[in-house]
Amino acid sequence: MTNVKSVSTSHKSRPTSLYEGANLSAAHLEEVPSWGGASSGISYVYRPSTIESLYELLMLARRSGRTVGLRGGGNSYGDAAMNSENIVVDICRMNRILEWDPRTGVIRVEPGVTLAQLWQYVLEDGWWPPIATGTSFTTMGGSAAMNVHGKNAFKMGPIGDHILEFDLMLASGETITCNREENRDVFFAAIGGFGMLGIFTSLTIQMKHIYSGLLDVESEARGDLAGMFAYFDEYAADSDYIVGWIDSLAGGRHTGRGDVHRANYLAEGVDPNPAQTLRLENQHLGPNLFGVVPRSIMWLFMRPMMRNWGLRFVNQGKYLAGSFTGVKRYRQPHVQFHFLLDYIPDWKKAYEPGGLIQYQPFIPKENAYDAFSEILTLCQRRGLPNYLTVLKRHRPDDFLMTYAVDGFSMAMDFRVTNENRQRIVWMTRELDEIVLHAGGRFYFAKDSVLRPEVAEAYLGADTIARFRTLKHRCDPDGLLETDLWRRVFGD
Amino acid sequence: MNRSVNRPLEPQQRAIVIGASSGLGAALVRLLASHRYRVAAVARREAELAALRDELGREAVLPYVHDVTEYEQAPLLFDQITRDLGGLDLIIYAAAVQPPVSLHEYDFAKDEAMLRTNLMGAVAWLNLAATRFERARGGHIVGISSIAGDRGRVGSPVYNTSKAGLDTYLEALRNRLSRYGVSVTTIKPGFIDTELLKNASKTFWVITPEEAAALTYEAIRRRKQVVYVPSRWRLVSLAVRSIPSTVFRRLSF
Repeated sequence: MTNVKSVSTSHKSRPTSLYEGANLSAAHLEEVPSWGGASSGISYVYRPSTIESLYELLMLARRSGRTVGLRGGGNSYGDAAMNSENIVVDICRMNRILEWDPRTGVIRVEPGVTLAQLWQYVLEDGWWPPIATGTSFTTMGGSAAMNVHGKNAFKMGPIGDHILEFDLMLASGETITCNREENRDVFFAAIGGFGMLGIFTSLTIQMKHIYSGLLDVESEARGDLAGMFAYFDEYAADSDYIVGWIDSLAGGRHTGRGDVHRANYLAEGVDPNPAQTLRLENQHLGPNLFGVVPRSIMWLFMRPMMRNWGLRFVNQGKYLAGSFTGVKRYRQPHVQFHFLLDYIPDWKKAYEPGGLIQYQPFIPKENAYDAFSEILTLCQRRGLPNYLTVLKRHRPDDFLMTYAVDGFSMAMDFRVTNENRQRIVWMTRELDEIVLHAGGRFYFAKDSVLRPEVAEAYLGADTIARFRTLKHRCDPDGLLETDLWRRVFGD
Repeated sequence: MNRSVNRPLEPQQRAIVIGASSGLGAALVRLLASHRYRVAAVARREAELAALRDELGREAVLPYVHDVTEYEQAPLLFDQITRDLGGLDLIIYAAAVQPPVSLHEYDFAKDEAMLRTNLMGAVAWLNLAATRFERARGGHIVGISSIAGDRGRVGSPVYNTSKAGLDTYLEALRNRLSRYGVSVTTIKPGFIDTELLKNASKTFWVITPEEAAALTYEAIRRRKQVVYVPSRWRLVSLAVRSIPSTVFRRLSF
């Protein structure tokens, strides 16, 4: 590997190490849950604030014979940021913005910088993150490791397509710089490499220029899955964002019906007063429900509806409301359009106590309609409909462990209870078959159920071998692990 | 090395049983394994542990040879076990010794052995579990005590003391940990047909280790606090505890 930056030597001259001894302190034990709350583990959690302490943690892991799992915002639905009975390094305190150039829109950040921090920082200069996930609590380190996408995936790809360069601390403690020329193989594998090759210590990302704090939004209801697909075909070319919501409880000829929202940036000069709309105080998540219910307690009202008949009722209402009003056009602050998942804080509490898992297959466009129809029908037949279904369009990318296809993804949230746990597992195995048959792929940020043989089937043995070779080069002793790694790629 | 893989949707219960080589401990290992627990069986006797593993399978039972009076080994072993199991939901302390003691005997070596195994070993192990469960906001601690802890009798002063000490320790743990969602169960068996009983003079209502294990498992499942095994001993205990000391000292048991 070229361009090896020596890890700062200051740790050697320090009088004492931050983390003494060979044994891990029980004082660092914490419960680390999956974001969906369907599983959790106990780990020794450390929150380093500097590169030196990050290095010392790697040494501590070696001394104590434990592995290190990396955790950002902890927004992965499954076990991607869990490392049970081992060390979890939570990078949230490494959250400084290192460089920002408002003329070029290039920003260099530490891995713990959240999406919220990022957009709030660049907005007033007329920039916006190129990729916005449905929640703004994600960190840039986690986003890069999972190679996340937004509602513009069909046009802008995943976040990896907008990362210009990053510094990666390897398990040995040395830091390498990776971009599309230097350490190219590591660049394309560490992005989307779910934290298995090294630790991002800085990321350089290209922001997107905007001319207004508002988006032109248009929404429309479609009566079936074919209609939903047609919408994407029709509007993809001249939309910046498109996202579909599917009423997963509607069956028969209504299967796959739902609402579609698309949004476009305002062109230069359209917003008469961009300086105003680009101000932070004009980016708010939206009003209270019906004007009276505070958003912070809305999850309480969702909770009783989290059953099949409840959701059938809610979805029916939502769909009918959408279809009665026809095509709606309005302007909306970026935040309101993008961070729908943040609109109702703690919404996942409505799924307690069992939590939720998400199953999100990505299927090539030619097979997507058949596969998704089959999946929706199967879930209904098994009596396990999912409670939130989101349809998105994607484009392929060049990253080694990519989940993307030239096609569609359907994200499905399943409520987990003690009673249905086992049935959900069995059903996802049936769904896996449908997805593999359709040439589909899976996404580590969302996964809870992927099995080694399914991963090998969609990624290909060659790709996995290449990834293992790179892992061996960057992390010869296998210091970096997570529950996800052991589950899907463990020996 | 044993390294368990967590499957988020197929959680497995994981338990440690200390004093697992015979009697109630071994019966509990069998019962937990039959309820799909993954069990770390800790005991002094290697051959018995190996037999247990062979009987129940390598996936279900992980044997660890350990003498509970070697307190300083407990922390490292506890760490290793929790890692091998991939977590911990339940710990049962079932180790106990009861050498025969005559009515006129004050043998410090015997007494120390009972305190070390029955009480100090429990403190060494359950302190570790308590630390972990408090931080994890959950878990279940079970101590196998005895009806012998309810009164100091002429026949076995220090055995009574060790069990009374264990009762009080477990009660204190319960008071400390219940606010963190951790359950602590004290199991107080009467006579069980085990090695401990071979020195006992008068016995009645004797049950098998399997029967005792079934009742203990039920108490664990229902997250009970203090359970007499079988439950009729609770009435006996109530009666025995209400006998005034002046009368009690004249009794022969």
